[in-house]
Amino acid sequence: MNIKDMISPIIRDMPPSGIRRFFDLVDEIEGAVSLGVGEPDFITPWHIREASIYSLEEGYTHYTSNWGLPGLRREIARYLSHRFNVDYNPEDQIIVTVGASEAIDLALRAIVTTGDEVLVPEPSYVSYMPCVEMAGGRVVPIVTKADDEFRLTAQALRETITPRTKALILPYPNNPTGGVMLRSDLEAIADVLEDTDILVLSDEIYAELTYGDTTHVSIASLPGMAERTVVISGFSKAFAMTGWRVGYAAGHKDIIAAMVKIHQYTMLCAPIMSQIAATEALRAGYNDGYEDIKRMHREYDRRRRLMVKSFNDMGLECFEPRGAFYVFPSIQRTGMSSDEFCERLLQEQKVAVVPGNAFGASGEGFIRCSYAYSIDALTEALKRIKVFAEKYVR
Amino acid sequence: MTELENNILEILSDDHRVTAEQISAMLDVDVKEVEATIKALEDRGVIVKYNTIINWEKTDREFVAALIEVKVVPQRDQGFDVIAERIYRFPEVQSVYLMSGDYDLAVTVEGKTMKDIAYFVAERLSPLESVLSTATHFILKKYKVEGIILDDHEQDHRLAVSP
Repeated sequence: MNIKDMISPIIRDMPPSGIRRFFDLVDEIEGAVSLGVGEPDFITPWHIREASIYSLEEGYTHYTSNWGLPGLRREIARYLSHRFNVDYNPEDQIIVTVGASEAIDLALRAIVTTGDEVLVPEPSYVSYMPCVEMAGGRVVPIVTKADDEFRLTAQALRETITPRTKALILPYPNNPTGGVMLRSDLEAIADVLEDTDILVLSDEIYAELTYGDTTHVSIASLPGMAERTVVISGFSKAFAMTGWRVGYAAGHKDIIAAMVKIHQYTMLCAPIMSQIAATEALRAGYNDGYEDIKRMHREYDRRRRLMVKSFNDMGLECFEPRGAFYVFPSIQRTGMSSDEFCERLLQEQKVAVVPGNAFGASGEGFIRCSYAYSIDALTEALKRIKVFAEKYVR
Repeated sequence: MTELENNILEILSDDHRVTAEQISAMLDVDVKEVEATIKALEDRGVIVKYNTIINWEKTDREFVAALIEVKVVPQRDQGFDVIAERIYRFPEVQSVYLMSGDYDLAVTVEGKTMKDIAYFVAERLSPLESVLSTATHFILKKYKVEGIILDDHEQDHRLAVSP
């Protein structure tokens, strides 16, 4: 028996994440400075950790409802309503998941069937395409451009819709570009979708991280859009809780019920200690005006400006991202491909950044640099990148 | 205080080595304005000093520290300020706070040996005419100073690259 032949063709033919490949390279370089992470540098605020420690001491070590702790679902409903004007019923329209990643997988498996097309703006997070394919669907990428600040335009959407289109993934604020969708952009998208039977999976994991005059608008808050939209989010980015693996989805009760069905057979529930921590994060946030989020947000915003200015000064043109914690400068003036740039930067200056093409073919010619690092670390990395840029930017 | 002043103070209180150029980029404000604002904050005594927090327990320096609760008689027209100054001018005094509650001044003192502290209390502090009584508590270990955890074992455990 050839074990290799036993692997399902869908999985066998799926390329491994471009990020993983780069991670292995970085791992071999000693003294490398990394701007490659997709998670906050802040450690989870102590009151959240403390709540979870206390729950363990009190014996909270069991399964929860498949839907998630009722108290947490009520907090999520209140939070979504309070912060983003999105109203879903905690009884049957919200599911707590193992990170937003599971919610993406569940939502796609709940709605996608063989032959369905799912529209995905690109560049974007690495999981959408494999999850669509594992659900039996096909991804139709919609290329977004730096000139449009990587927004999805109504025209581009209209051009890619076919009778087989089942859903649109709306990944904003965007990883890796930092692009956001303004209310007017979303209204134009809603107009296009109005007369169709296309669902929206709105991945809003970076919703709390928007900058300047921009505040996050959920497409679910637009008139008539709540029913067809599944809002996906979690605690990782806003509350610096990546390792806790706790997220959620909110949407039409029939879609959420379908997601719960898959979740109960695969995950059963998100870890109870993480759910308790998440409950504390939202409860304390509601009571103190989201002080944790504000504190981290202020720091990200300062670093963001430092990064944008530094890259533009180096001649690596960088549009000003209004969301997430990444900058996505163009490296065209070096004449290198994304892979070549990243590999040489790592070899010559020992700085790790992620090639833009890891987020889809249209990310070619860009690099993703995270600013979820201390000012000290960013200063050192920028110093090294500057030396590299001085040598190669033409 | 302006928003710019508050922002600058927050950045410098975290790390005073951040340069005016960096602050200028971080806040999107002209570097000249940043420099002028910092100067003004210094002149007004808002920014008092740029010092370094050191965990002396990790050095070979011998020292003993104590927290002394002091009860005093406030003086007519001058309240506690005069007696506080009489105390904080001694170089071995590290901090002086006016307190609500059972006593009036919380004084921290540092010396090389317990004998130094005993000498300070007996010969310098207690004889002051306004001082009614003192209670000396020796500090055994400092965990957190000025909002900074001295021996912080929390580290960055993140993977070097992640999606």
